[in-house]
Amino acid sequence: MPLLRIEGVAKSFGNFRAVDKLSLDIRAGEFFALLGPSGCGKTTLLRMLAGFETPDEGRILLGGSDIAQVLPHERPVNMMFQNYALFPHLSVRDNIAFGLKRAGMARKDIATRVAEMVALVKLEGLEKRKPDQLSGGQRQRVALARSLARRPQVLLLDEPLAALDKKLRESTQGELMELQRRLGMTFIIVTHDQEEAMTMAGRIGVMDAGRLVQVATPRNLYEAPASRWIAEFVGDINLFNGQVTARDRGRLTVSTTEAGTLAVSELWPPVTKEAVSVAIRPEKVKLSRRAPASDAGASQPINRLEGVVIDVNYLGGITSYRVKLETGAVVRSSMANTARLDVDAYLAGQRVVAWFTADDCLVLEQ
Amino acid sequence: MAHTVTRLTRFNMTSLALGLAFLYLPIVILVIYSFNASRLVTVWGGWSLRWYHEFFNDRAMLEAAWMSLSVAAVSATLATLLGTLAAVGLARGERFRGRALFSGMLYSPLVMPEVISGLSLLLLFVALNAERGFWTVTIAHTTLTMCFVTVVVQSRLSALDRSLEEAAMDLGCDPVRAFLMVTLPLIVPAIVAGWMLAFTLSLDDVVIASFTTGPGSATLPIRIYSEVRLGVKPEINAICTLVIALIAVIIVVASFASKLSSARGESAAPL
Repeated sequence: MPLLRIEGVAKSFGNFRAVDKLSLDIRAGEFFALLGPSGCGKTTLLRMLAGFETPDEGRILLGGSDIAQVLPHERPVNMMFQNYALFPHLSVRDNIAFGLKRAGMARKDIATRVAEMVALVKLEGLEKRKPDQLSGGQRQRVALARSLARRPQVLLLDEPLAALDKKLRESTQGELMELQRRLGMTFIIVTHDQEEAMTMAGRIGVMDAGRLVQVATPRNLYEAPASRWIAEFVGDINLFNGQVTARDRGRLTVSTTEAGTLAVSELWPPVTKEAVSVAIRPEKVKLSRRAPASDAGASQPINRLEGVVIDVNYLGGITSYRVKLETGAVVRSSMANTARLDVDAYLAGQRVVAWFTADDCLVLEQ
Repeated sequence: MAHTVTRLTRFNMTSLALGLAFLYLPIVILVIYSFNASRLVTVWGGWSLRWYHEFFNDRAMLEAAWMSLSVAAVSATLATLLGTLAAVGLARGERFRGRALFSGMLYSPLVMPEVISGLSLLLLFVALNAERGFWTVTIAHTTLTMCFVTVVVQSRLSALDRSLEEAAMDLGCDPVRAFLMVTLPLIVPAIVAGWMLAFTLSLDDVVIASFTTGPGSATLPIRIYSEVRLGVKPEINAICTLVIALIAVIIVVASFASKLSSARGESAAPL
């Protein structure tokens, strides 16, 4: 039995179906991310878990008992709000102690727990400050400490890092993961930032239009997306539409109008339709000046696309190229800048061969 | 920080001085003339506290002042109570049927000509056969000033982040507790401001008071108004100066109180 089981939960606002018969199991101690574009229903789902919204149908089982109709203050679940929602009239200490006082904890125990929480989020010395005397990062820590203080069975985090700048966000991601491992608590995070979800979560649930479209580990989500929509939503991807013309022991031959005939390895489960899209992540597309060696030495077929570099974007760690094929289609390629001085870098206008193996391709139904 | 403050240019200084003079010169003149020894309002006869003395021996005037202050205090308190409840209902309540109508009706005294409000209240009191006096004026002032309190409190409430209340509930407060422990402390400045607004509005109202008051219970503005019709006595200047002083003290005390409450918010937090 999972810690949290969401069973056929639906919620509408007027005519808008925010969450549509959604089911999901979350295990104890898991770091789970709900990822989706804005308006996909991820925040509504989180608010139903917190109790701020009541599902129209379905059950939410926490440790086996249905909490769908339980009021927020009676749930063993806490939430960290996107804008932190710190009480401006209370000090850091009183903000953290707020939930403990309500739980009827003894004064001495509250002091101990608050001190423990302050140390956990490294806010020593700031206990007497008011929220408006803190920096953004410090406020975020207070909000985290406050939501953790009651030791909830599940901690819900609504875009917890959205208000931080990039550097701080990255270090805070690491701290959140470390904290979650140390406390062994179940975290459910809502985010629209796929990098954030991939970095932190053990499993990611992708939502679209109120439904869960895929639940997978970050790697599987990226390398084996369940649909074309997910492939395009998570990361960058090149897509070529075509028809399956031959099938041979898990290898498909797909004839595309934009990129000619491509050899593609088939995933499980196999595609059933003839009309498919071949998808290749840009970092799997390599560029070279001449076509690589013949297939004879390689264990799998190589697809070669000839074209002209039209765009070079140097991004520090990687350089991304856009290559225009003779058909007019554009292939994106990104390559790691492994050497500081790269005399072989490609320039716009240069003729190149973009190539990738059959295993690097995904085949998705259109 | 001083070096970041923009220096006042000559033009800014002049316009500031003119603006302040426009607002405060009449009051300054009134205050100065209240210390006039002369019986004639417009002729300066040297400094004196004569007219203050006169006022404190003028029984009718003192009674009117006392009447005004008690009407203002009671009606402001009632208006604050009702106005705050209305504001909470409008800003936080579920979207009930007829909400737009309710809020429209609530705000009608803001735009209703006072003569009409006064007349309709008079008709009501006559129809109810209520004896006109302290309570009729107080009720009339409560209905007049309540909407001002609602406007002030509601704007503060809607500026307040809803997620604060949600956070309180998330941390174990039922909705009522969440309101008392989080929302109320944060809207206290607006409530105090609303009370003061209601108090001063009631203190200087002539029109509605004159419709709803009865014999022997004139408020200070009515009393002053009727005195002035017989010719301006310097005593009026003294009374007005005292009223101005009272209002100034209220404002200073209120602003100190609100500063104090935000400074010691930590210890003021309910345990």
